[in-house]
Amino acid sequence: MIPLSAYVAVSAVLFITGLLGVLIRRNFIIVLMSVEIMLNAANINLVAFSHYLESMAGQLVALFVIAIAAGEAAVGLAIIIVVFRGKISTNVDEMNLLKW
Amino acid sequence: MVAVFFAYFALVSIVAGVLTVALKNPVHCGLALLALLLHVSGLFVLLNAEFLWAVQVIVYAGAILVLYLFVLMLLNLKTDERYLHPSYLYFLGPAVLGALYVLLLLLQSPYGGAKGDAPVVAVLQDGDTHAVGIKMFSDYILQFEIVGVFLLGAIIGAIVLAKTPKPMDAGKD
Amino acid sequence: MSDLTDLLIKLIPIFPLLAVISNGLLGSRYSHDVAHRLAWGSVGLSFLCTIGVFTDILRTGAVHEVIAYQWIFGGDLTINLAYLVDPLTCVMLLVVTGVGFLIHVYSVGYMHGEAGFTRFFTYMNLFMVSMLLLVMGNNYVVLFIGWEGVGLCSYLLIGYYYEKVSAAKAATKAFVVNRIGDAGFLLAIFLVFVNFKTLDYTKVFAQASQLSPEMATAIALCLLVGAIGKSAQLPLYTWLPDAMEGPTPVSALIHAATMVTAGVYMIVRNHAIFDLSPTAMGVVGLVGGCTALFAATIGLVQTDIKRVLAYSTVSQLGYMFLGCGIGAYTAAIFHLMTHAFFKALLFLSAGSVIHALSGEQDIRKMGGLSKKIPWTYRLFLIGTIAIAGLPPLAGFWSKDEIMAHAFTHHHYLLYVMAAIGALLTSFYMFRVTYLTFYGSSRMDHHTEAHVHESPMVMIGPLMALSFLSLVGGLVLGFPPEHGWLHKFLEPVAGIASEHAVSAGLVFLLMGAATAIALIGWGLAHFLYSVSPATADGWAAKFSGVYTTLLNKYYVDELYDFMVVEPLKRWGEMLDWFDRTVVDGIVRGVGQMADWGSAGSTWVEKHVIYAGLNVIGYGNHLAAREGRKMQSGMVHHYAAIIVAGLFLLALVVQLVIQM
Repeated sequence: MIPLSAYVAVSAVLFITGLLGVLIRRNFIIVLMSVEIMLNAANINLVAFSHYLESMAGQLVALFVIAIAAGEAAVGLAIIIVVFRGKISTNVDEMNLLKW
Repeated sequence: MVAVFFAYFALVSIVAGVLTVALKNPVHCGLALLALLLHVSGLFVLLNAEFLWAVQVIVYAGAILVLYLFVLMLLNLKTDERYLHPSYLYFLGPAVLGALYVLLLLLQSPYGGAKGDAPVVAVLQDGDTHAVGIKMFSDYILQFEIVGVFLLGAIIGAIVLAKTPKPMDAGKD
Repeated sequence: MSDLTDLLIKLIPIFPLLAVISNGLLGSRYSHDVAHRLAWGSVGLSFLCTIGVFTDILRTGAVHEVIAYQWIFGGDLTINLAYLVDPLTCVMLLVVTGVGFLIHVYSVGYMHGEAGFTRFFTYMNLFMVSMLLLVMGNNYVVLFIGWEGVGLCSYLLIGYYYEKVSAAKAATKAFVVNRIGDAGFLLAIFLVFVNFKTLDYTKVFAQASQLSPEMATAIALCLLVGAIGKSAQLPLYTWLPDAMEGPTPVSALIHAATMVTAGVYMIVRNHAIFDLSPTAMGVVGLVGGCTALFAATIGLVQTDIKRVLAYSTVSQLGYMFLGCGIGAYTAAIFHLMTHAFFKALLFLSAGSVIHALSGEQDIRKMGGLSKKIPWTYRLFLIGTIAIAGLPPLAGFWSKDEIMAHAFTHHHYLLYVMAAIGALLTSFYMFRVTYLTFYGSSRMDHHTEAHVHESPMVMIGPLMALSFLSLVGGLVLGFPPEHGWLHKFLEPVAGIASEHAVSAGLVFLLMGAATAIALIGWGLAHFLYSVSPATADGWAAKFSGVYTTLLNKYYVDELYDFMVVEPLKRWGEMLDWFDRTVVDGIVRGVGQMADWGSAGSTWVEKHVIYAGLNVIGYGNHLAAREGRKMQSGMVHHYAAIIVAGLFLLALVVQLVIQM
């Protein structure tokens, strides 16, 4: 039997990886992909706990997460397109209109 | 036996994740992401959640990732030389440390919690799909509806955001 | 009538006082004529008041005690500004106001053209006020006020020519030596108060007999010290010859007729205490005799005309003290009066000579003036004869009375001293006369060309004084011991213990006195008129003695060495101490204050400001870094969110653990 902590560890590592990606990458689309990684990590966590705690709630929530990830990806990419029309580049450190 | 599969899926997931974050070419990143998604779904199978396995592959890998790739192709991004932030070290350091800390926590504590009402045996009897369906349409029907509305909103939003502005709408952007 | 007398008594010092105030404060606003009229006018008025008082006392014989102002009254001590006018006071008042008046008139001529004319008369009047207070006071305090006042005026007037260093020094010397005497006088006053709890004469003298002999001696000796200082006796006489630096009228008034006689007056006034102490009286007599002899020897060889007269004054005062010491108080007062007449006459005549010779005072540079200034010559001669003691002039009667009293009361040593003194007096006075007025002229030509007789304003008083010198003795003191003065002063001075003295002895003594005077004259005549070379021969043969006498026995040098130099050294030491130690401390304190302020400035600059600056800089730094948070870059915001998330996780974990 694989212990629960193994799944949790995997989930944690993936989450950190995704987080790093969000913080480090300049290309906004990669950032969004890193967010997807984080969401996946959360899903693994949820499902693992669902299995070990013998409840269906975890799986259901994971299902909803996937659905929401889809919606969020769509909207995010739409925003990217809009921004790309204005500026040729999609680099995040050039999107600094909020700078003081 | 199960352990071998778990090890495979887990390792490849992690590696794919790292590759997604680290590769220069965005398309390569997308492909790495694909690998990740598929192997995460493999992990789901090991946890007796076949329905999620299916959903993951169809929706996530089949739709969302495709969308990403469409946009990538559309924007025709060039591989940037400087693809990491100039000050990425400032973020890397603390993040790594934080990660170590979290790992430490995780490996120490025993995990416990209230046990639910769906023991493995019961799930295995009728299949995961059945179990999910039963739960969804009885206890979680509200959440189901809300997600549907949300998806509708997302579609509309995406369309509205992404459409080509008409000449007379040039002012409001 | 008594009320009028009391009023007159109160007025006597008021007139000169008013003149002082007017001349002193407003003198620069009116002419010299007005100033001097105020001066001698006020003294004249005082003299008239004195006459009025005198006639009243002559008639009634009453003693007037008048309180002018109630001054101190509290507890044990009552001191009033009050006057006691008895026959003794009357006599003194007559001398002071009368002779004073004549000298004031003389001064108008003598001081004519001087720059400080008004100042002179202000000081002279101030002196009159002080002297009047001195003789009229009814208690020791008023006496002392007058005592100090005359001392002050003596200082002011000796130093009248204040630009002359020698005059300033002489004035200081007079004041300081006087002060030494005053210390003794104060001691006496304290002793009187301790013993009698009062300072009024009448009360003190009434209880005088209660004193123990030792206490009486103590008080008497302390009083004597004061008198020695004021009246220039041994050893406090050194100031008087130097006091001749002042103008001649000052010398006449203060240092011949009045101030120096204050000591004699004081002893006579306190005779009740002196009578109780034969020891003290012996000391008084001895001091007087020695002074008389000592001063006379110095006067033999002096060359300044005023110096000779000064030493003569010291000598004659010695006679007065001698008289007091043997109990012949009336005789002493008698001699005081006659001395006032002829000494004032001599001084003023000398002043006339000096005036005629445009300031020359050295008798070696005079000679043959008898024809040129006849009046001065005649009047000076009268004065000389009077002081030599030739009958029937005034000096003979008073001097002879003292000497006779000494002889008949078995004070033989004092008699011999007095006799030798008389011989010497006659000698040196005639010496001066011969050298000044006879012989060939030794003047320098410029002076000789300007020799002129003095104006009437100066000769007039001289005539009055010479008249008094001629007849005063006869009027006052004849027959000896039973004259008018003796009767007048009997209530106060008491009759000196009467021995039955044979008339023969009296005449013998009178003859002796006359002979002494004539011998002195003869010797002077021989040495200075007939054969001047002999005088020089004797001077050469006895050159040691001669030089010693000429240098006044080197007493001044002795005092300088023994007293003045040590005091100066002491003063210098104290000055060094003050400048180095005391000022050093003061400067040190100032230095501390300096350091303190420097320190606090440093603290303020480096600590406080630094602190403030740090706060400000820190703020600036924080703001500068904090600003970077608003980079506008989304991923920065994301990083912050992540950081916050981890922090939250940590906090939650900690909380759960607790």
